[in-house]
Formats: sequence, C-alpha cells, structure tokens
Amino acid sequence: MPPRPKKTRIKNPSKSGRPPKSIRALANRKPDKESLLSMHRDMLLIRRFEEKAGQLYGMGKIGGFCHLYIGQEAVVVGLQSVNEDRDSVVTSYRDHGHMLACGMEPAGVMAELTGREVGYSKGKGGSMHMFSREKNFYGGHGIVGAQVPIGAGLGFAHKYKNDGGVAMTYLGDGAANQGQVYETFNMAALWELPVIFIIENNQYAMGTSTPRSTAGTDLYERGAAYGISGKQVDGMDVLAVREAGVEALDYARSGKGPYILEMKTYRYRGHSMSDPAKYRTREEVDAMRKQHDPIDHLRDLLLREGIDETVLKQQDAKVKKIVSDATQIALESPEPSSNELFTDVLIEVA
Amino acid sequence: MREITFGAAVNEAMAEEMRLDESIIILGEDVAEAGTPFKVLSGLVEEFGTERVIDTPISEPGFTGIAVGAAMTGLRPIVDLMFGDFLFLIMDQLCNQAAKTHYMSGGKLSVPMVLRTNMGATRRSAAQHSQSLQALVAHIPGLKVAMPSSAYEAKGLMKTAIRDNNPVVIFEDKLMYNDKAEVPEEEYLINFGEANILRPGTDITLIATSSMVQQAEMAANTLADQNISAEVIDPRTISPLDETTLINSVKKTSHAIVIDEGHQNYGITAEIAARISEKAFYYLDAPVQRLGAMDVPVPFSPVLEDLTVPTAQQIHERVVMVLEGKI
Repeated sequence: MPPRPKKTRIKNPSKSGRPPKSIRALANRKPDKESLLSMHRDMLLIRRFEEKAGQLYGMGKIGGFCHLYIGQEAVVVGLQSVNEDRDSVVTSYRDHGHMLACGMEPAGVMAELTGREVGYSKGKGGSMHMFSREKNFYGGHGIVGAQVPIGAGLGFAHKYKNDGGVAMTYLGDGAANQGQVYETFNMAALWELPVIFIIENNQYAMGTSTPRSTAGTDLYERGAAYGISGKQVDGMDVLAVREAGVEALDYARSGKGPYILEMKTYRYRGHSMSDPAKYRTREEVDAMRKQHDPIDHLRDLLLREGIDETVLKQQDAKVKKIVSDATQIALESPEPSSNELFTDVLIEVA
Repeated sequence: MREITFGAAVNEAMAEEMRLDESIIILGEDVAEAGTPFKVLSGLVEEFGTERVIDTPISEPGFTGIAVGAAMTGLRPIVDLMFGDFLFLIMDQLCNQAAKTHYMSGGKLSVPMVLRTNMGATRRSAAQHSQSLQALVAHIPGLKVAMPSSAYEAKGLMKTAIRDNNPVVIFEDKLMYNDKAEVPEEEYLINFGEANILRPGTDITLIATSSMVQQAEMAANTLADQNISAEVIDPRTISPLDETTLINSVKKTSHAIVIDEGHQNYGITAEIAARISEKAFYYLDAPVQRLGAMDVPVPFSPVLEDLTVPTAQQIHERVVMVLEGKI
C-alpha cells in the first residue's frame, strides 16, 4: 500500500481561529512587523476595493457579474506575501483580490470592472477576465474549474523552461467537483509539476453548501489517490496561510511535484452581486464577521505587538485614497471605441 | 519530384519546425512510444525525446488545458487529439479558453497552440469515430481552421499552423494518411486564407474541402468527357475563408456546388453557399447546391456507411442536373 500523504489538519478552524502549535512553533518563519503591516495594508486594500466595487455595482456603474472577495482576503494576501516574482498565478472569476495581491494597478482593475478603455483588458474582459504578463497573472477565468489545467500548464512551462517558478493555481470548493481537476491532479503528480492547488473552501458553491454538494468534505485529501500531499489551513488567519504557503512553495519548488492547500475561508457577500444568499442565515454570516474576520485578527495581533492604532488608521486612510483615486480614474475614462470591437480576435500574421 | 504520403508530410512538417524552435512540444495520447494509431508521428520521440513528445493519460480536457496554459507563457504546444470525435470532450478548453484568451485579455496574452485531429468516414469505425466536426470549430471566433487535401497541402498548412500565434485546428482526413503526392524537398509554407484553384473551368464551380477535393477532381474529369468544364477550388482553410476567390469563380461560372464531409445541416456547405448567395446572387443561373454527409449518425454497416458520404458520381450527377436546369 502506498504511504499516505503527510498532512496537518485543523479539526475545526472556526473554533480555534488560530493555527495549531506545530505551525506556530516555526518561529524562524515569523514575519517581522513590517511584513505584518504590509499584509494588513494589502488585506485592507482588497476589502476597501471590493466594498467600492459593490457600491458601484449598486449604482449601476458596474454591470454583469461581480464576485466579491470580501472575507477571503487572508488567503491570497498570505500566499502572495511569501511567493516570488517568478511564480505564476491563475484563478477563477472571484479574482479582484488576486489581481491586487499580485500588484496589479487598482485603477486598471477598477477601469476594467467599469468597462473602460484603460482597463486591463480594454474593457473586453470585465470582472472575470483580466491578465498581466508583467505580474505573471494569467486570469481571471469564468468556467468553474477550467483554470486548473491551465494552472498545470503554467507549471509545465516552469518545469520545461527550468525557471524555478511555481504555478499557484486557485480554485474553489465548487470547482473541486469538476472532472478536469482530477485529470489535472493525475498529470501534475505524474509529471511532478511545480504547482500548488489552492482550494479556497468558502463553504458555498454558489448557493449550495459543501456538505450538500460534496461527498468527503475534506478537500485537502482530494489528491491522496494521486499521492499529492495536502494540508487544511485556517484561511481566516493570514499567518497560518503564510506558514502553509512557505511549506507548500518549498515543496513544489524543490521538484517534488504538486501540493494541495485547502483554505477554510468564508465569503461575507453572496456568490455574485445578484445573490440574495437565502441559503444561509444572517446569524452565520454575522458570527464569521465578528469572530473570525481576517483583518480584525491581524489588527489585534499588530496592536498586541505594540503598533500604534494611529498607524493602522493612517493605513486605512491611505488605502481608501487609493481606491477612491482608482474609482475616479476609472469613471472619468472613456468607454472603448467601437473600433475596438474587432481588434484582438486574432493576432495578425506579421 | 519525390512523392511522400500524407502522414509522412505531416510528420516532416512537425519535425522541421521542432528543429527550429525548442518551444514546440507535442502532447497527446500514444504520441511517443506508439507514434499514434495512424503512425503519423513515428520517429519523433526518438529525435526529440520524451520531454518534447509527451504521452498523456487519456484525459483530453486536462491535457488540452495544460497546453493552453503552457501556450499562454510562450510555449508552442501541438495537441494531438486522436479522433476528431473527441472534440466534444475538449470544447471548453478549446472554445471557452484558447479561442477567447487573446480577446478577453485585450490582446495581452495569446495561445499559440495547434490542435491536430482528424475527420472522415468510410473506415467502418461507427458513429463515435467517424465524424467530420469542422463546422463546430469554425463557428467560434478566435480559432483558425485548416483542412489539408493532400500530402503537399498537409505539410505546408501544418508548418504555417505551427508558426501562427493563434490557436489553429487542423483536420486531417484519416483515410488519406497513406495517399502519396508530390512534396518538394525544399521548405515551403501555404498561407492561410488563400484558396487553391486546382483546376480552372468555365461552366460550374466545385468548392470542396479535404477528402472531398479528390472526389470533386474525379467528377471534373468525367464531366470533361461530356464537354463540361468544372472549376475545382480547395479553400484550404475554412477560417479564415478566401471568400474573394470563391465569389470571383462563381461570378465567372454562374453555377456552384459546395462539397464537405461534415453533416450538411448547419454545416460548412451551408455557410459557403450562403456567402455565395449574399455576394454573387445576381450572377447565378441556378440555385447553389450543397453536398455534405447525410444527417444521420455514421452507421457501422459498410453498405450503409458508404451511402452517407458524397462521392464523385453524386457530384457528377448533381452538376448535370444544375446545368440542365433540373434543380
């Protein structure tokens, strides 16, 4: 019988809200105050950006789909705080947070959300489809699970080019039930591709909860049959995410093949802006917000570490200014000219 | 000039391009050790190694998606889809991802990938291994679709496809792999969107793709015996389509039949016939005719299967009917 993959499991992250001792014991990995502040700022930026996006959607300035990342900020911020520039990132349609965490310009993202010519995709992609070659961000994909083989393709290219990069491939608990994902797990393991599959388990696949959609809700175990190591992590705790990220990145970068991180997280808003979220109680959402908010959690830690509250307030003010400037740039920019309709369908042969 | 088979021409095109560009890789089922069921890729793994000629598990959506992701970063994968019928398995990656990435990214990313697959009935392979599904793919903006009709065409179109920065789908007729044609030793490319007038004529235009080009030429030969001059045109790529050459020919001959091995309903023949009607209607002396595969699942029975595909004789008969005003 093949050995079971190593794993560390947090029995009930919503009760503990803290990483287990085994992870906290990795003192040498502890981020300094500057890193903590930087993560706090990055999470706040996503929160404020998404709040503004929600507001603009309500005002009719953003049309179509708009999937907010509010509540899940610790996942992408924790992981992006420990990866390297050479690593690549791909995700699904709940992607604004990933783009900001990858260092893409808030104004370019907001301009795309509002369908403007200066948006990352010239207004042709929208909320779900933005890309940045400079930041190694490969989208932004609208078909649930389709980004997973693409992520393995990024990993394939890292390995083929021998550039040392790791493909950070984000998917949700809903995507974890798509067939393409398991074809990909098999090939990624078979070919030992440098890929981390990050399953952001926010516990609802659109309006269907994980227990109602999923046989075997411990998604970090989904790679076991392929010999892919997995770990379940408290995705509301940015430090736990970071620690797990270091471990997974070390693993994948060292040539051992893919790794699965299941991030137990929670989205405060509906699946998209048009979702009244009747499949869960207000109390459930309020309890998560009050007791397990990832930003409050880091803020409390920073205060305990002796950071002055005014520093955090200043950070919030700066972030709000960035978001408000981005919004202004977006809304003052022109919509694309009709001449753009037929450009970028195909690349012209030189 | 030397003659080589269609299969050898495809193989040669891929090998020549792979020698020039290390970013080209081949992914697919049985492409390495086995050299594909049609033996078209034999010898490639020996020359380029298993790092570049990669046997995949039987996971078509998965390995197509891996190719799409790799292509986004600048690799140039050739995806080998063993049967055209498996397109239904990979439609998401091909049509939702590969075809749309360039547009959705506002031109930032591209997917320089070739999907080589096949088409063609009368191999007694029944309904799930005999379809000619080019119309499904040609329907999608963002993809190019090539349909080589001989060894010469197969080599030139494959080399152009590999050098193209867009996703390209190539349909090879699986019954043509052993057919020989003259193929020069010297390098050549065949531009996409440039139709080939195989045989000039004055009485009627026969527009035929892939496997149907041979049938149209055979019909043109027998028609010549009756002093009927048929012009035979191979569009070579159905997307982009060289509309100008087709329309100019019809304006000259005033009669047209379009022949393709895909199902006739909503197919390639329908599209080309519609364009002729839109742009050359007043030059026509008879309605444009279509000959496609019958609109039934391809039967196994050889007797039944052979009825489903247009033949030279059917083309000949239809031409006579058109010219005699019996349509």
